[in-house]
Amino acid sequence: MNKYIERLYNGLIKENPTLVLMLGMCPTLAVSTRAINGIGMGLSTTAVLILSNLVISWLRKVIPDQVRLPSYIVIVASLVTVTELLMEAYLPSVYEALGIYIPLIVVNCIILGRAEAYANKHTPVLSVMDGLGMGLGFTIALTLAGLFREVLGNGTAFGYQILPKSMDPIGIFVQPPGAFLVIAFFIIIMNAIGIKTRQRQLVEQECDGNCAGCSLACDSKKEEVESK
Amino acid sequence: MKDLILLIIGGALINNVVLNQFLGICSFLGVSKSMKPSASLGMAVIFVMTIASAVASLVYDHVLAPLGMDYMKTIVFILVIAALVQIVEMFLKKTSPSVYKALGIYLPLITTNCAVLGVALTNVQNGYNFLQCVLSGFGTALGFTLAIVLLAGIRSRINEEDLPAPLRGAPIVMIAAALMSIAFMGFAGLSF
Repeated sequence: MNKYIERLYNGLIKENPTLVLMLGMCPTLAVSTRAINGIGMGLSTTAVLILSNLVISWLRKVIPDQVRLPSYIVIVASLVTVTELLMEAYLPSVYEALGIYIPLIVVNCIILGRAEAYANKHTPVLSVMDGLGMGLGFTIALTLAGLFREVLGNGTAFGYQILPKSMDPIGIFVQPPGAFLVIAFFIIIMNAIGIKTRQRQLVEQECDGNCAGCSLACDSKKEEVESK
Repeated sequence: MKDLILLIIGGALINNVVLNQFLGICSFLGVSKSMKPSASLGMAVIFVMTIASAVASLVYDHVLAPLGMDYMKTIVFILVIAALVQIVEMFLKKTSPSVYKALGIYLPLITTNCAVLGVALTNVQNGYNFLQCVLSGFGTALGFTLAIVLLAGIRSRINEEDLPAPLRGAPIVMIAAALMSIAFMGFAGLSF
């Protein structure tokens, strides 16, 4: 497969940031109340991700290794500020709906994660494709979650009434608990049909015993690693 | 006085930062495996978030607002928080190694905890004064600690249950979090 297409496939399916890598959970849970919010959040994150991957890949030989993380944060924060101002000017309704979560794109782990794992080792063009793939993967997962919650909790999809008015929507799904439930069901389905999340793959292959960033309960594995 | 107490209760219970606003989910799901690290992380968050809210409020009121550089707040705040975590870490290492040891790896991790930046930005958006910012930061951190310690308690029991295979790991934790979130929604009915 062409290596540029491969990047897109990787971001969309093989290493989908939300469903497989389980990164960027905060915005996923918070803004998925409406499908349209999912698209808005997903595309703004995609824009920041593409640009940050591009800039970081350009500067990868200039930035000294010791100060790379602060440099990345400054680059990402500047790009987020630009995106925020543009959205405030041209898309005020989306800006209102997403609120505090737009500036918080800065601390979205997908962006720093891709900078660290991909963009600082590869060429600008490949990094842009990686950003595009990852961003679209995030957008699709977010929109899917938003669609689910909107249909169940509000009876509409993208603002159009689809469930009959006589059916009472299940309000809890557009409330905060619904976010946890919908994402939990997504992961249950993935587990049931055998798609493994990144954490699960890591634990099965080469658990490094770094339990701080892992939500799996794997006490047996931990003992094994510690005893080595 | 009543307003200030309400600010703490509101931050801790009614608008719980994790269960209601979904900030700091990564560490909430990742660290809550057992009680002790959860409590340590909670302490570290209370410490950093209170100081970060105070410093962010001072920087905003005395540097950014007078210069008309409101739009720089995201960049400045994230740098302030990163620097602050570094300073707190060095300070604790020198003055009280026991506290430093108890907080361990969780102190540097807080830089990427979106709850800290989120609170600083919300405070500024709401136009809080210095005291209100500090109390709101403290209340929010208290809410985070409460939520993560409660979830750790629930998870220590879940781990002993025989669950269906697809539910093990992240899904059952999220379902537990959803039930906690429903319980916390009850606090929205509080009236003073």
